[in-house]
Amino acid sequence: MRFVDEYRDADTARALAARIAGLCEPGRTYKFMEVCGGHTHTIYKHGLEDYLPEAITLVHGPGCPVCVIPMGRVDDAIHIAGQPDVIMTSFGDMMRVPGGHGSFFDSSAEGADIRMVYSPLDALKIARLNPDRRVVFMAIGFETTAPSTAMTILRAAAEGVRNFSVFCNHVTIIPAIKAILDSPDLRLDGFIGPGHVSTIIGCRPYEFIARGYGKPLVVAGFEPLDILQSIYMLLLQLAEGRSEVENQYARVVPWAGNVKALRAVNEVMELRPYFEWRGLGFISHSALRVRDEYAAYDAERLFDIPGNRVADPKACQCGEVLKGVLKPWECKVFGTACTPETPIGTCMVSSEGACAAYYNFGRFSRQRVREATR
Amino acid sequence: MTETRATREEQVLERIDRARRRRARVREEHITMAHGAGGKASQTLIEAVFLDAFRNPLLEPLEDGAVFGAGGARLAFTTDSYVVSPLFFPGGDIGDLAVNGTVNDLSVCGARPLYLSAGFVLEEGFPVEDLRRISASMARAAAAAGVSIVTGDTKVVQRGKADGCYVTTAGVGLLERDAALGVAHARPGDAVLVSGPVGEHGVTIMLARGELDIEADLVSDTAPLNGLVAALLDAAGGAVRCLRDATRGGVATILNEIARASGVAVVVEEDAVPVRPAVRGACELLGIDPLYVACEGRMVAVVAGEAADAALAALRGHPLGAGAAIVGRVRDDPPGLVLLKTAFGGTRIIDVLVGDPLPRIC
Repeated sequence: MRFVDEYRDADTARALAARIAGLCEPGRTYKFMEVCGGHTHTIYKHGLEDYLPEAITLVHGPGCPVCVIPMGRVDDAIHIAGQPDVIMTSFGDMMRVPGGHGSFFDSSAEGADIRMVYSPLDALKIARLNPDRRVVFMAIGFETTAPSTAMTILRAAAEGVRNFSVFCNHVTIIPAIKAILDSPDLRLDGFIGPGHVSTIIGCRPYEFIARGYGKPLVVAGFEPLDILQSIYMLLLQLAEGRSEVENQYARVVPWAGNVKALRAVNEVMELRPYFEWRGLGFISHSALRVRDEYAAYDAERLFDIPGNRVADPKACQCGEVLKGVLKPWECKVFGTACTPETPIGTCMVSSEGACAAYYNFGRFSRQRVREATR
Repeated sequence: MTETRATREEQVLERIDRARRRRARVREEHITMAHGAGGKASQTLIEAVFLDAFRNPLLEPLEDGAVFGAGGARLAFTTDSYVVSPLFFPGGDIGDLAVNGTVNDLSVCGARPLYLSAGFVLEEGFPVEDLRRISASMARAAAAAGVSIVTGDTKVVQRGKADGCYVTTAGVGLLERDAALGVAHARPGDAVLVSGPVGEHGVTIMLARGELDIEADLVSDTAPLNGLVAALLDAAGGAVRCLRDATRGGVATILNEIARASGVAVVVEEDAVPVRPAVRGACELLGIDPLYVACEGRMVAVVAGEAADAALAALRGHPLGAGAAIVGRVRDDPPGLVLLKTAFGGTRIIDVLVGDPLPRIC
C-alpha cells in the first residue's frame, strides 16, 4: 500500500537499528517517553521494541485521550445519556471506559440511546435527523480532535441547529508533559513528541522542555520507521550534547502548527482553570470548556450533571503508569484483577492505553516470544 | 539487575496466565453488544451460562457443530442465527449468508451437509418483496451447496421489536470420512493455512452501513465451503487436523481457540496473510486489524507439516481457494498463545478481543 509500506520496511528498520545501537554509549541506559497513545499502539502493533537494544527503555506517556478521562466525568456523561430525550454520541473507544457505575456499553444495555460516531459531524447529522431529541457529543481528545469539535459547534450555530450540544472533555498536552517533568520520581532522557497534536499546535510549544528542562524532544510520525528514526534523532542529540526540539514528522507537521484550526478552537473554547486527569490528579489550565458565547451548545450547562468526583480505585496504579514510573506489568492488579475484559484503570481500556497495549500485544516475555518466532 | 527484573516480569506473566485459566464468570448484569461479538465476552457468556446449564460431552468441545452417531451413521448437527444489518449488501444478503453459514459449520466438521431448517423472525411492516428476495437467495445458495431446506418456522413481532428480519438456520450433515477434525488436534510442526484473502465480509458490511463515507470496490466473501473442504480432504485426508470457518472474531479468534484447545503456540507471518488492498486500506483508516474482521466464506486449516504443500495445492485448485496461503506454523512453546511476526520485522501477541474491534479516535 503506497504511503504506508515505505514506512514499514524491515530492511530500512534493520539499518536504522544498527545506527541506533551504534549511538548508545556502553554502560549507559536511556529512557524515552512516547507521549502519545498512538505511538504506544504503533510500537506494540509492529513489535518495534525488538529492534531496540536493551539499553533503551520506552516509557508510555499520558497521551491516550480515553485513558486520562476521570471516572466522575464518565458518570456525568452516563447521567446525560440516561435522560429520556437524549441521544448520546461517542467515539468507539470511549464505549468501554468504566466510570463509577459502569460504561457507555452498560448504560446502553440498560436502555440509554448511545451511538458510536466517527466524527462530531456525524453527531450533528443525527441531531438534524432527530429534531425532537437532544443530541450530545461526548467530546474527548487532545488538540488533535478539539478543532473538529469546535468546527462542529460553529457549523451547528451557523445552521441554527438547536438540539445539539457537546460534553466537552478536551485536554491539552503541554500541561500534562509539564506535570510529568515536575514529578520528582521520574528520570527521562528525552521525549518522542506527539505527531497528531503537533499538526495543530506546531513545534514551538515544546521549546520550554528543551530549554528549561534540558530534555530533547523529537516530534514523530506514526509509522514504525518514524518512531525508530525519532529515537535515532534523540540519541544523536544526546551524543552531541544538544537538547532541541526537532521535527521528524515534517511531511505532516508544520513548525507553526495549523493557525486556522487553532483559531476555531479559540473562538469556541477557553482554558478551564483546572481539570482532573485520571491518575495524574488536578492539573491547572490543562483542559478546554465551551465559551459563554456558545453556552447553547454546552451540555455541561444544559444538563444538571452530578459532577461527583470518583476517586481512582486504590489498587489501580494508572497514575504511575501514565507518568512512566511503573511498567504496566509492575502494577499490582495488572492482568489479574485488571484485564481488558474487566478494566479497573483506563490504561487497560483503550487499545492505545499502555496497559491494554502491553496486555494485548506484549504480555509474554520478549525472550520466549523471540525464541518461538525464530 | 536486568535478570531479576526479567524474572519478576516472568512471574507476573505466569500469575496472569493463571488468572486467565480461571473459570468463566459473567460480571455484567445485562447483555451488552460485546457478548455477541465472538470475542472474550461471547466466550465467557457461552461457558458461564449455556455450557453451565446444558453441559454434555457433545457440547463441551464448543466446536462449530456437534458430531454423533445415530442409527449406524455419523452425523453433524449445527445451528446459527443471522441478524446482519443491512439485510442486503454487496455480494450477498442475509439469505445466502444464513444458508452458507450453516453449510460451512457442517463442512468444517468434516460432514457433507444434507438438510437445513430455516426460522424467520419478521418485524411488523417488513416488505414482503424483501422477504421474497431473501427466500430466493436462500434457494439459490441451497442449490449451489447441494442442500435442501426441509423445515422451517415463521414468527412476526411488533414494529420496533426486531430489525426487519432475522433468520436462524440449523443443519444436519453426514460424516462419510474417517477424518478426526477438532480444535484440540493441532500438533507442533503443523502448518496453518487460510483459504483466501481475509476480512472482506466484515469490511463490506461496515462500508455498506454507510456511516464511514468510505467507498471501496469490495463484495462479501459469503460462499459455501463444502466443495472446498471436500477437495482438501480428498488431497490431504488424514493429515488435516482441524478446520474452522473464520466468521465473527476473524482468523485471529479461531487461531486462539486452536492454540488454547491444543495447548500449542501458533506463529503467524503477517506478510503471508492474504489481505486485499481495499480491506487493508479500510482497516488502516479505522485502526482495526484485518485478522479480527469476519469472513463468511474463508476457512482456517491446520494440516500436518509434511502435507502442507499438497493441502495448499488442493485449496488453490478450487475456485474458492484460489487465494489460499500458508500463513503460519504450530510450535510447542509458549502454549496457548498466537504470535505474529510483523511485516516490519518485530513480534507481538495476537489475543482474543473482548468485543467488536472499536475504531480508534486518532
